[in-house]
Amino acid sequence: MKKIVTPFTSDDALSLKAGDQVLISGVIYTGRDAAHKRLIQLIKDNQPLPFDVKDQIIYYVGPTPAKPHHVFGSGGPTTSGRMDAYAPELLKLGLRGMIGKGYRNADVKDAIKNYQGVYFGAIGGAGAYISHCIKECEVIAFDDLGTEAIRRLYVEDLPVTVLIDCQGNDLYELGRIQYLKEHNYGN
Amino acid sequence: MREIKYEEIVNAIKDMCISANNVLPNDISEVIEEAYQNEDFKLGKETLEILKENAKIAQKEKSPICQDTGMACVFVEIGQDVHVIGDLNEAINEGVRQGYEEGYLRKSVVNDPMFDRINTKDNTPAIIHYEIVSGDKLKITLAPKGFGSENMCQVKMLKPSDGVEGVKDFVLKVVNDAGANACPPMVIGVGIGGSFDYVTYLSKKAMLRNAKSHHPDKRYALLEDEILEKINQTGIGPAGYGGRTTALSLNIETYPTHIAGMPVAVSICCHVARHKEVIL
Repeated sequence: MKKIVTPFTSDDALSLKAGDQVLISGVIYTGRDAAHKRLIQLIKDNQPLPFDVKDQIIYYVGPTPAKPHHVFGSGGPTTSGRMDAYAPELLKLGLRGMIGKGYRNADVKDAIKNYQGVYFGAIGGAGAYISHCIKECEVIAFDDLGTEAIRRLYVEDLPVTVLIDCQGNDLYELGRIQYLKEHNYGN
Repeated sequence: MREIKYEEIVNAIKDMCISANNVLPNDISEVIEEAYQNEDFKLGKETLEILKENAKIAQKEKSPICQDTGMACVFVEIGQDVHVIGDLNEAINEGVRQGYEEGYLRKSVVNDPMFDRINTKDNTPAIIHYEIVSGDKLKITLAPKGFGSENMCQVKMLKPSDGVEGVKDFVLKVVNDAGANACPPMVIGVGIGGSFDYVTYLSKKAMLRNAKSHHPDKRYALLEDEILEKINQTGIGPAGYGGRTTALSLNIETYPTHIAGMPVAVSICCHVARHKEVIL
């Protein structure tokens, strides 16, 4: 199990391979559909972003409301493909990592390779489990979006798996191929 | 006429919204455990272990299993000798409103699908299906449905000549298209027959049927097992990281259809296949 502490540099990114299991600690940011749409609009309008994305990680999540005396509600990953239209632009600005689940398109894979990013997977549906790793949470932008607002999280040992590495290797392809090879299933 | 009060329905829906989101149904827990025992791929087994642990934490802490606490899908079987005092639609929506607020559940419904997309902030309206049946009981099934998997459902109007092979090919295509996006291991409902609209309803009903049950017609029961086995040879595996356990169960529901058609619909749910029912 590898450990990384944010900010997440290009050296860190280059050390990871698809299939690596990683524990992330430090500050990360949340953002999903509506927040991404607004970030891209800000870039188009030459306006500053609510946080500097350079060497940062965005977690695609819309949590449930936190109960009293809790930091965070349930918070597993949402489907990343819906952010494909926006992710390359952010990677170009230095965003280093994304955490989500599900397939990415060719544009995102190219941007990951070109700008040395990493796409991590958290386990879809494991919302209560993941919530235990989130120690601090603060809404820093787009509060009106509710669950879709951008939050700054402080996480400890958030368990993720490298899905797409800087070379463009994709665990979704490799894992399946390996399983089929081990079992001699034709596909 | 037997009378059922508005408040009884509100309270039943409210309680089901909360319990369905925090506790996995027994049949789903059982098929996850069986899949865990049978999984022989390392990453797949580790993933299933996390899902089991996650369900345990959620139940113990009374917190949602998954952050997508879904759109409230409600299936009502209303006996023809039942009289509801008050507005039944409103009672169901009020129950959803109260349950999602009191249960600290995520409100994920927007008011308009395309232009406005403003959150209604109380998770209403629910999707409600009514069936009139004989008797004086009211049976309500609540299934909060997340959209990671809902987005991967498909329907196709097959030709009668496509036959059994056509159905098998289509279901496998839908599962392959869904892959990791649907948060496997999946719970799958297949509807065959009826019409374009009715077949999707059938597939939802199939998805909600007990995960360990079979179609009463042996031919369809065998087909359920056969397609499930094929799905579990695709290698997609838990979370899509590779492995045997791509689906936990597959149920088929059927209905008579037109001489010219063979509609097929495939509903996919993630492993958080929430369903609760109450009989009032």
